[in-house]
Amino acid sequence: MATNSALMGFVHRRRRGAELFLLILALLVGVGAYAAVGLGVDGEVPTNLIGYGGWLTLLVVAAHVAVRRVAPYADPVLLPVVAALNGLGLAIIHRLDLARETGLASQQLTWMTLGVVLFIGTLVVLPDHRLLARFTYTSGLAAIALLILPMLPVLGTEINGARIWISVGPFSFQPGEIAKLLLVVTFAGYLVVHRDALALAGRRVLFLDLPRGRDLGPILMMWVVSLGILILQRDLGSSLLFFGLFLVMLYVATERPGWIVVGGLMFFSGAAVAVKIFSHVQNRVDIWLDPFADPSGSGYQLVQALYGFAWGGLIGRGLGEGMPERVPYAESDFILAAIGEELGLTAVMAVLLLYGLVVERALRAALISRDGFGKLVATGLAAVFALQIFVVIGGVTRLIPLTGLTTPFLSYGGSSLVANWVIIAILLRISDQARRPVPDLNEQQDDPDEQQTQIVKVVPS
Amino acid sequence: MSELTLFLVRIAYLAILWIFVLSAISVIRSDMFGARVPTPAGPGKQPKPPKAPAPRRGQPKEVAVVQGVNTGIVADLANAPVLIGRGNDAAIRLDDDYVSTRHARIVSSGGQWYVEDLGSTNGTYIGSQRLTQPVPVGLGSQIRIGKTIVELRK
Repeated sequence: MATNSALMGFVHRRRRGAELFLLILALLVGVGAYAAVGLGVDGEVPTNLIGYGGWLTLLVVAAHVAVRRVAPYADPVLLPVVAALNGLGLAIIHRLDLARETGLASQQLTWMTLGVVLFIGTLVVLPDHRLLARFTYTSGLAAIALLILPMLPVLGTEINGARIWISVGPFSFQPGEIAKLLLVVTFAGYLVVHRDALALAGRRVLFLDLPRGRDLGPILMMWVVSLGILILQRDLGSSLLFFGLFLVMLYVATERPGWIVVGGLMFFSGAAVAVKIFSHVQNRVDIWLDPFADPSGSGYQLVQALYGFAWGGLIGRGLGEGMPERVPYAESDFILAAIGEELGLTAVMAVLLLYGLVVERALRAALISRDGFGKLVATGLAAVFALQIFVVIGGVTRLIPLTGLTTPFLSYGGSSLVANWVIIAILLRISDQARRPVPDLNEQQDDPDEQQTQIVKVVPS
Repeated sequence: MSELTLFLVRIAYLAILWIFVLSAISVIRSDMFGARVPTPAGPGKQPKPPKAPAPRRGQPKEVAVVQGVNTGIVADLANAPVLIGRGNDAAIRLDDDYVSTRHARIVSSGGQWYVEDLGSTNGTYIGSQRLTQPVPVGLGSQIRIGKTIVELRK
């Protein structure tokens, strides 16, 4: 009790001023990159710098004001970090646009606007993250429906061998990006209720507490779902992401390493079989092992990216002075190669550190959150983020076989950007709830009979 | 645009990027060490201290031993938490062989009194229930500690 009350007395500051300061720096990062691209490519500051910078400032200020009003205790670092990453990504996409004469950057800016609008909307509509616990099974169903949508004959479209898009009219959308958010909510809601059964029953073999056979149901189901994504949609990255996410959340909820061992074995055996059976997985592994076997054919993309990193060196060629457009899909999966070429290792490390900060703040929110559901959602979102970054950056730098996933906030891609803004909004909501001081219950100590009826904020779990 | 200018632009941009990263980290650092524990001497929150000692109607004021060797011992709840046990530091010192040195204590949280077992050998009971966690107690609840029974009184 004593330690508890000491913890309750610990009050976080709001730090909205610090957030504003960091946001100004983040704008400098985004607009500075845009100006530097103009200087590097055309030799002059782009003429629409004022308009572009003004629009970016407007978005950032709108997000900041929304946080100030509806989530005053939220974490001060998350929003500036993602704003900076998004700004840097926009500038790099603009740089590739200039080289290829495409117009992706303005589309990306539209998507970012939509993302910020949804970010503000999420914060306003969701006053308490525990409301999400009501939609445990609904969101699970929605996630599965979203994952199945691209398989449907009319809606689904196959782009570059992966059937993960749906197209409605002129828009194409990747439902998997929204599904990962819904799956986090589902897992958190499920595990917070069932974790005792999963944690306590089981046998001890050597040093490991192995789970009971009948508790393997959910993990088997998740394994089948992720294998299904791998086989039917040919999307290596998403299947790894979903299964990894489920394992991490299971481990965090039950504190039993047995799950990691069982799940890891299942994943690697599934992956080994997939390598043998499916040619597209086999291809990826071959390229990974020896990209120079066919440098102008199948290995072209990876080889060009590796040359890009090498050519960039420690401080890069300078924005607008490299040749990042040589890498196919440099604006989406391989955007880190473009950054590595034009800004060098120095900037790549900064970007990785920024991603690390996002994951750290999410885990921090999970640590200080007072309810199990909030803890699990924050951990799950941190895991999604970390896994996705590891998978895509590991693939681009040839640490692991390449799998198709977007780099959060940097890559071109509307669905990913919008989904990530919503993820950040939910993280801010959880951290706002966690850092908010506990309402002082000792203030009203009068006779209960003399007190007025109060409206009590209760969210059923 | 000369080579040198572009080089300076590049260096300046990398500097901005790292200044941003480092200031984000320093905000995190100050956030870790900069949280404050509210003190009663804070400028805005004065009304608390005078309120606390004021006795409230319908609330227990003391804890008394009603059965056992030491029947009649009374401890004032104003000195909460009230420690019960055989040790010398206990507010209610019992000479009961079935009581541990630091047996149980009575604490207040949010205007409600709780009894909490401190890992005693023979346990603390309310009715037939052995306590495993702090349990709210009200006026007249009989708390059994060894062969002794204590209760909250006005």
